Amino acid sequence: MSKNARDRSIDPASQEMLALASRAGLETAWDRLEKQQPQCGFGELGLCCRNCNMGPCRIDPFGEGPQRGVCGATAEIIVARNLLRSIAAGAAAHSDHARDVAHIFKLVSQGKATSYSITDKAKMERLMKEYGVADQIALAEAILSEFGKQDGPIKFVSRAPAKRLDLWKRLGIEPRGIDREIVECMHRTHMGVDNDPLNLILQGLRASLADGWGGSMIATELQDVLFGTPVPTFSETNLGVLEKEKVNIVVHGHEPILSQMIVAAASDPEMIDLAQNQGAEGINVAGMCCTGNEILMRHGVPSAGNFLQQELAVATGAVDAMIVDVQCVMPALGALAGCYHTKLISTSPKAKFPGATHMEFHEETAYDTARSIVRAGILNFKNRNPSRVHIPEIKSKAMVGFSVETIVDALGGSLDPLLGAIKSGAIRGIGAVVGCNNPKIQHDFGHVNLVRELIKKNVLVVTTGCNALACAKAELLQPEAADLAGDGLKGICKALGIPPVLHMGSCVDISRILVAAAAIADALGVDISDLPAAGAAPEWMSEKAVSIGAYVIGSGVFTVLGTVPPVLGSPAVAALLTEGAKDVLGASFAVEPDPFKAASLMIEHIDEQRKKLGL
Amino acid sequence: MKEIFVRLERCMGCRSCEMACAVEHSMSKSLCSAVAERPGPRRRVYVEMAEGHKIPLVCRHCEDAPCAAVCRTGAMHQDPQSGTVERDLEKCVGCWMCAMICPYGVIGRSSGSTRAAIKCDRCKSLEVPACVNACPTGTLVFATQENFMEMVRKEAASRLVRDTRSTART
Repeated sequence: MSKNARDRSIDPASQEMLALASRAGLETAWDRLEKQQPQCGFGELGLCCRNCNMGPCRIDPFGEGPQRGVCGATAEIIVARNLLRSIAAGAAAHSDHARDVAHIFKLVSQGKATSYSITDKAKMERLMKEYGVADQIALAEAILSEFGKQDGPIKFVSRAPAKRLDLWKRLGIEPRGIDREIVECMHRTHMGVDNDPLNLILQGLRASLADGWGGSMIATELQDVLFGTPVPTFSETNLGVLEKEKVNIVVHGHEPILSQMIVAAASDPEMIDLAQNQGAEGINVAGMCCTGNEILMRHGVPSAGNFLQQELAVATGAVDAMIVDVQCVMPALGALAGCYHTKLISTSPKAKFPGATHMEFHEETAYDTARSIVRAGILNFKNRNPSRVHIPEIKSKAMVGFSVETIVDALGGSLDPLLGAIKSGAIRGIGAVVGCNNPKIQHDFGHVNLVRELIKKNVLVVTTGCNALACAKAELLQPEAADLAGDGLKGICKALGIPPVLHMGSCVDISRILVAAAAIADALGVDISDLPAAGAAPEWMSEKAVSIGAYVIGSGVFTVLGTVPPVLGSPAVAALLTEGAKDVLGASFAVEPDPFKAASLMIEHIDEQRKKLGL
Repeated sequence: MKEIFVRLERCMGCRSCEMACAVEHSMSKSLCSAVAERPGPRRRVYVEMAEGHKIPLVCRHCEDAPCAAVCRTGAMHQDPQSGTVERDLEKCVGCWMCAMICPYGVIGRSSGSTRAAIKCDRCKSLEVPACVNACPTGTLVFATQENFMEMVRKEAASRLVRDTRSTART
């Protein structure tokens, strides 16, 4: 890994800040990755086990050293157990996020969280109908009970096509309760419980389905009910959205229950007056990571960037407060913020950070706390050192906020025009490109090149999370980007006035992609695994991504990973994931770090699927 | 005389050798206590990454060792009996001539305030050096040159036989 900023990111704003950080001697994730080299090969291969204190054990992949842990676990068992634990952690993260949203929804129903209200009443009523309940409190309780259910079914799981649901039942992987599946993963990987790699992986699939069709979907649906179902909106992205003359408040993390309140507090006239009294022209709220996606798509609040830009935002010297909640927040931020005037404010009782001021956020007093946090940011404006402020003048316009509902609306009320375009071949297929950033891959290189290749070949792309922000920065989320698409896709986009890459939200909003896939499969009378569709996570790094990958192939979508998961220590597990899964689930993983080759793999798969459907 | 050999294709980069080396050169010689020692112990073996491969580097104890040849105080010297290149702490003035001349970059600096060179001493009190003992993949081998070559020959022989058999089959 070179220290050259150009080798670390393809995004010009990030390159500018990386060069500045390097001159200033500031350490970033890229430097820390370099210092971690070489990284432990046992870890890379998934061959170390720390699950009991007879260990730690590791298996020699060359066959000369130990081939079994103290308990007798083989490479196959250890790799499968480690994978299961990753899935459990990822499913837990998404679902615990959902639990907080569901809890607020219940408090709102009881009139106890006065800062929040119901924004999309129609959606709430649809959910009440789906659950067969008559009032809001009953709906809240029914949804909250999904977490603690013992024997299922989880309501939203039945949104999957009938064939898929039958398959899950046949395989015994229909999730029984969100928390139960996660707990069972932890139980099974305890010393001396499940030692059959296939049986372990099946439980991983079940837990991941409890995430995709459970936790994540609950988060998406209730966030829409509370904060509004996104509709297409224009906004701006990249570090250039920070403003020199305004108080800059960056909200970073994942849960809109916080960022929504910050957005509201920042537009409070009293706060704006205070900011002006402090010598600022006003208050500028900017997002970061997925909480940024949430307010970007619902309110058009600009986003300062994706995961690997969190440190770079602080290095602009223009961030007066960085407000964080949970997930993907680097513990490095505190020390870095300490080099500037930036106030790092943690808000979740679940997530405290070194060097952060903790201003705990509670549902009942949400707006008041948000005001105090915004005030802290405003009062910090005067501490800004203008000579150290450097904001790259780079930002891109983006059209965001394509919920399933609005896609159907944009199509004139039904999926038929989309199905027609797929049948005619104008749209070759659908590519779902999602996932994180990872400094092991040149920042945004995997995301942007993969998506460009797909649209060029007439694959309509749906995107969430850090991929969505990478595409936004690369100007792929503008209707004008249709010019970069193949003729068929270009024609459709121009006719509808939409970009060839549709921003569907944050990482929990991959559940929107599942709902869309199910609707398309139902309309064609097939299973999701029959669709001309493929997924990819070109720069993935988190355990959440492992859970996503598992529920996406569990739902029948072939998926290409851009970084190698730690499973190669077991040839049997690796073969199961890349080949065996196909016979059982109709979908499997492929690993391909080169985005151009990854695009070819996806397109080959799409073409094969089209042939099978007789298209 | 036994040497530390490296089987280049086997290193997993786990750095167990580095950790074991530091522990062996700690005051307590125990991992749990060594982590609390101040100044902390230093390693004498280094796992590096080059061209996508992981590789442990440790003093080769060269014959007519350049580090010993350039040492102005005689601190760095080659033991005439064992052939190991050793450093006499009393005599070392920390001029770093040895560090400048070592082709492998395996001359370290002692921890704490002492300005002195440190390097592999082949764990004289142990039958097998700590790094070799800790290596889980057999990358590091402690053997005489003759025995090491014999081992490599045997490996090469079985590889050849296997390859020939599989070619014959197809």
